Amino acid sequence: MNDELKYLLGRTVQGKHSRRAFLGRAGALGVSAAMANTILAGAARAQEPKKGGLIRMGMQGGESTNTLDPALAASEVPFAVNMTWGEMLTDVDPHGNLDMRIAEEVSSSPDAKTWKFKIRQGVEFHNGKTVTAEDVLATMQRHSDESSQSGALGIVQGIESMSAEGDMFTVTLASGNADLPYLMGDYHLIIQPNGGRDDPAAGIGAGPYKVVVNEPGVRHGFEKHANYWDDRIGHADQTEILVINDTTARVAALQAGQVQMINRVDPKVYGLLKKAPGILVHATPGRGHYVFIMHCTAAPFDNNDLRMALKLAINRQEMVDKVLGGLGSVGNDFPINSAYPLFDDTIEQREYDPDQAAFYYKKSGHDGTPIVLRTASGAFPGAVEAAQLYQQTAAAAGIPLEIKREPDDGYWSDVWNVQPFCASYWGGRPVQDQMYSTAYLSTAEWNDTKFHNEKFDGLLIAARAELDNAKRKSMYAEMAHILRDEGGLILPMFNDFVEGVSDTIGGWESDPNGELMNGRAHVKCWLA
Amino acid sequence: MHPILKLVTQRLALGLLLLLAASALIFIGVELLPGDVAQSILGQSATETALRNLREELGLNEPALTRYFKWLFAALQGDLGTALTNGQSISKAVGERLGNTLFLAFWAALFSVPLAIVLGLIAVRYRNRWPDKLISGITLSTISLPEFVAGYLLMYLFTVKIRLFSPISTIYSGMSLGEKLSAIALPVMVLVLVVLAHMMRMTRAAILNVMQSAYIETAELKGLRPFVIIARHAFPNAIAPVVNVVMLNLAYLVVGVVVVEVVFVYPGMGQYLVDHVTKRDLPVVQACGLIFAAVYIGLNILADVISILANPRLRHPK
Repeated sequence: MNDELKYLLGRTVQGKHSRRAFLGRAGALGVSAAMANTILAGAARAQEPKKGGLIRMGMQGGESTNTLDPALAASEVPFAVNMTWGEMLTDVDPHGNLDMRIAEEVSSSPDAKTWKFKIRQGVEFHNGKTVTAEDVLATMQRHSDESSQSGALGIVQGIESMSAEGDMFTVTLASGNADLPYLMGDYHLIIQPNGGRDDPAAGIGAGPYKVVVNEPGVRHGFEKHANYWDDRIGHADQTEILVINDTTARVAALQAGQVQMINRVDPKVYGLLKKAPGILVHATPGRGHYVFIMHCTAAPFDNNDLRMALKLAINRQEMVDKVLGGLGSVGNDFPINSAYPLFDDTIEQREYDPDQAAFYYKKSGHDGTPIVLRTASGAFPGAVEAAQLYQQTAAAAGIPLEIKREPDDGYWSDVWNVQPFCASYWGGRPVQDQMYSTAYLSTAEWNDTKFHNEKFDGLLIAARAELDNAKRKSMYAEMAHILRDEGGLILPMFNDFVEGVSDTIGGWESDPNGELMNGRAHVKCWLA
Repeated sequence: MHPILKLVTQRLALGLLLLLAASALIFIGVELLPGDVAQSILGQSATETALRNLREELGLNEPALTRYFKWLFAALQGDLGTALTNGQSISKAVGERLGNTLFLAFWAALFSVPLAIVLGLIAVRYRNRWPDKLISGITLSTISLPEFVAGYLLMYLFTVKIRLFSPISTIYSGMSLGEKLSAIALPVMVLVLVVLAHMMRMTRAAILNVMQSAYIETAELKGLRPFVIIARHAFPNAIAPVVNVVMLNLAYLVVGVVVVEVVFVYPGMGQYLVDHVTKRDLPVVQACGLIFAAVYIGLNILADVISILANPRLRHPK
């Protein structure tokens, strides 16, 4: 292999070049695509994990009010912290497949109503106790019973009954759900001894690392759990999460080598940081998206022509370029993208069309008074700017928008889900069913567009119990069409996770499930 | 009773009343904010049931007045309670944070106060000549620079360009004093730059005021060196206003450094308070608010006592 090819290969494995760029350059050097692919696969395999050392992550999204109780985890740092010491029944791998964790096997009845999870033998909690099906049962009960305060309550409330027998944990649902194993991977549902009833915030779990230091809002320190069952992850001896909410300080800490990974690199510094020596910046397409939501039940948004006018009056590409700095992709007014399993990529992309928008606006018979759009800088990063861009493009179609800037404080309690037209965001869910069930089913608690459509609901319920993937895919496509053309959701963009990683880190993999490799970058990577 | 003792007792009694008033104001302020703890904790993922259960457990369903008096009686017995958000003991958490804040304030004060006073003396000695103008120019520019800009500049210089210090100032138990000092070097520098000008200008102005007096002229005619005149004869008579400004700045170093804490990721009281205000965690906000108020009141009493001791005329009120 000549030197240039070797150099290219090194850069590609490190992530400085895309795979496609490597194949192109290799082709220019006279290497066939098939040959280049083989070389690349070999080089990637050659990166063997190394054990030992201390990995530090600097993260935004932690406060001194954080707790270790998984039921109350909401922001990024508690999420990553819980992923360090805790483990769920199942997980979703970067390719969207089910990853069996505490459950070793899962099987269901043909109607997808009864699910049996076989609990892995010999998994040990940090307090030395062995994980049993009773612990799993107690955990699920704590999250779903009538006194539950859990953020996962919406996910587990479809459960009719549960039982534990030997090493088998059985769930019976009120109606069939083919995605239940995915739902059990929700980050709140960490298995705790006796379900965490004794002390929910003890931080005792069955994850790869034990909690050593817990200073909320400052730092969280961990050391390896010696009896952890899976040696494919947890390579470092110790790991630490430092809470660095200030963007500049976070980037400086990475540059100075104090931390090896950071989340939330500002798109404004993306280009500059990429050029910094010893640092790789990864933009990972995810399922998270930024939205403007209209209540389909409130005037004037109860008129589908007006909703259509507003959907056509937004310039999606401009938003991706200006608000996300190009680090994202355009949305199509339904909350699903190619990061989801069973995504139909043939659905036509909606474009900015001021003439059509003007046509629908006229057809709706709106009286021409300004339509109030509420936004706040905390609604999503760049929400105020995005609203202003929207105001401009809508004005070009003759639709008057009035931007009302709300305080961040209390935005989620007083504006979102209360006011008829506002900016918001969604983090995405591992499967389509969960995303639709969370926010678009008529009866969903967080139906923030007040969308009520019998056909849509019927399809959602039917698809949930459908085990044939081809049929399921076409059902989801039909639902996407309904939501796109009749829903109250304006979805201009899906945002990428943008993260900075030191080149001393090996094993980085892009994971659409969540930021920093779904909160496990420090657990899955190693010090190269 | 000794007049100073009497004054201190009176001031302390008044201070306690002020603290009570402050606690009522803080309570009302937090109550007026939209949303409550339960909503803030669960955020966008709150369901009605989860909210209801959480409110029940945190005792938020009781009327506001009942909650206030419950808190007040517990606090009077020395029980600050636990944080609503994460159930941690407030006295323990606040104790650690307060220790960190005082540590940072102590080192910033140790450098800034003597430096400010010496610079003030030098400025008077060479008044209206280049050293005076240089000192005033530099200190006035550093006070005009927002704290975070100064912080970022120093961070860029000393952590990215010259890798002398760490950009993260997080300190924790188990670090040696040397490690801690190296960690807080940058925030101390920023704080010194921020508080320097105020104290320096006050020292300069107060001494210049005294320099017009007849006894300074006498000292000059005796042939004393100008610096001795300023340090020995003028400065002691200018102490009262200088002490007042020094105390105000010390109070600021304890109470007002949240921006510096955020920029350097320093685990002090400011960030801790802001987090809990955001989450409407009333018991913690109360505890922090009262500590801050007590620091202000205490330092003001101290300033008054020192002024009186420094000026015999004030010891005998008419």
